[in-house]
Amino acid sequence: MAAFRRDLFSVLVFALVLLAAPLALTNDYYVSVLILCCLNAMVAVGLNLLLGYAGQISLGHAAFYGLAAYASGILSATCGLPIWLAALVAVTFVGLVAWLLGIPTFKLSGHYLAMATLGFGLIVSIVMNEAVELTGGPSGMVGIPRFALPGLSFAADLSYYRLLVIVLAAIVGISLNLIHSRIGRALRAVHGSERAAEAMGIDIGRTKRFVFVLSALFAAVAGVLYAHYLEFVAPSSFGFLYSVELIVMVVLGGLASVWGAVAGAFFLTVLPEFLRAFEDIEVLLFGAILVAGMMFLPSGLAGGARRLLGLLQPKRGRT
Amino acid sequence: MSTVLSVRGLSVRFGGLMALDGVDFGVEEGTITSLIGPNGAGKTTLFNAVSGFVPASGAIELSGRDLTCLAPHARSRAGVVRTFQNLEIFANMSCLENVMTGAGRLSGYGVLAALFKTPRFWREERAAVARAEEALAFVGLAEHAATPAGDLAFGNQRLLELARALAARPTLLLLDETAAGLNMRETKALGGLITRIRDELGISVALVEHDMDLVMGISDHITVLTFGQVLARGRPREIQQNPEVIRAYLGEDE
Ligand SMILES: Nc1ncnc2c1ncn2[C@@H]1O[C@H](COP(=O)(O)OP(=O)(O)OP(=O)(O)O)[C@@H](O)[C@H]1O
Ligand SMILES: [Mg+2]
Repeated sequence: MAAFRRDLFSVLVFALVLLAAPLALTNDYYVSVLILCCLNAMVAVGLNLLLGYAGQISLGHAAFYGLAAYASGILSATCGLPIWLAALVAVTFVGLVAWLLGIPTFKLSGHYLAMATLGFGLIVSIVMNEAVELTGGPSGMVGIPRFALPGLSFAADLSYYRLLVIVLAAIVGISLNLIHSRIGRALRAVHGSERAAEAMGIDIGRTKRFVFVLSALFAAVAGVLYAHYLEFVAPSSFGFLYSVELIVMVVLGGLASVWGAVAGAFFLTVLPEFLRAFEDIEVLLFGAILVAGMMFLPSGLAGGARRLLGLLQPKRGRT
Repeated sequence: MSTVLSVRGLSVRFGGLMALDGVDFGVEEGTITSLIGPNGAGKTTLFNAVSGFVPASGAIELSGRDLTCLAPHARSRAGVVRTFQNLEIFANMSCLENVMTGAGRLSGYGVLAALFKTPRFWREERAAVARAEEALAFVGLAEHAATPAGDLAFGNQRLLELARALAARPTLLLLDETAAGLNMRETKALGGLITRIRDELGISVALVEHDMDLVMGISDHITVLTFGQVLARGRPREIQQNPEVIRAYLGEDE
């Protein structure tokens, strides 16, 4: 009960702070950076369920993100489906693809998921580049309509940002609720010892498939919202590099911490924008900060924050 | 008295090696049945076969129910819960969470119940916490509930694994060398604990163990395995006096 109240409270505060942020950061540019932060955070939170909690490595989350972006773009712009329907179909489609990908992969134990998702990412990348009629090829696809719901318009960036905050808060809330349940314990048990997890009655194949599909769904939601925000998609945004960047967000934020993934995503999205000022040594600084982060915060930003809170709090007797 | 576990004609082959060769093994309800034998005799393999971790031929029944076609997790859900010779705790979780994973065998709420925090969710979570705390207290780890499992001393990690299995309230508990690596005092306490598992919790226990004092002290029945075959079975007294057993196994230590 206490954990649930704390989760609910923290999600509410988080949403309110984000909703209020544009009051201080009035510039349009800031809002666009915040939008990217939210999108990355959605994917990172899902990837963290898979990587941080269940210990399964996916190198193809960029592909899920991109597949949903393209699918929704094509369905709405080319096929003329209502946007909400295109989005729904795209997300469902990606969930289905992940489920199918998971069937053979999780029958085998070991690091087959990393390989399968790597291959999957490459294939998706090739299709995006080569199926020119459908996707517009390497130069991308234009004319995707801005996201809208029946009776609701998100034409202004600020209102789009508010929508994203609500979706992100929902994704964080869903993740926290799952983590603090027997399903979350099952995920961590699979990570800790597959044999022991099985001996405790956990169907490890099913558990992995479930979390894989769920994390792909979160990536798909973000991908759809990305396409209908930029109104343009190109294959280069969904390559292997983005998959790796997502993993760095999760690791830097703190494995097995929902809030850590959010922090990692925000940090890694904002950091390059700050470093723009240092033109020549931008990449160098970026690398140095990452290395320092890994060295001094072995359990990520989340672990660092916990340590800091522990130092600030007066020592209490053990309860 | 009825039979909880009945294994007949069990064979396990690893390439050219017959790790188990037509083994019969049984555990009567409410007893502690020990499985002893020299290193490499096939004791762990028998547990692996019963819990579904290695493919085997032969019959395996739990209270008359055929287990052979069930996956490991389904056998656990059916009531066969085991511990591991090489500790398999969830080092990334607290002790309470470790044990709650065991208790999870008895809860069945799904994803939606977890998402929407339904009354069923709260009821089953409360029950799981209560069962886990009870199991931790039973093995004497009550004050370690919040400790990360990886931080426990080795002996306590063994007890944690035991508590995790107990929280699942198994019909049959398979203990694979739980006393390995424990000192004499800890081993003695463990013997008392296993006896209480049988007497107070009414759980039937199959025990693989090398410590003969422990085995002879608490077992109701003993089966001796050598080279994948049953050499002898009987009460502790009978096994101690069996000349073949003394030659094949006990002689080693004496
Ligand atoms: N997965 C496996 N693959 C190949 N051979 C195996 C496997 N598991 C066990 N064996 C072999 O089967 C035989 C029986 O091993 P098992 O682990 O069952 O012995 P044990 O009686 O438990 O011995 P110990 O007292 O040392 O634990 C050994 O020769 C072992 O090397
Ligand atoms: Mg063994």
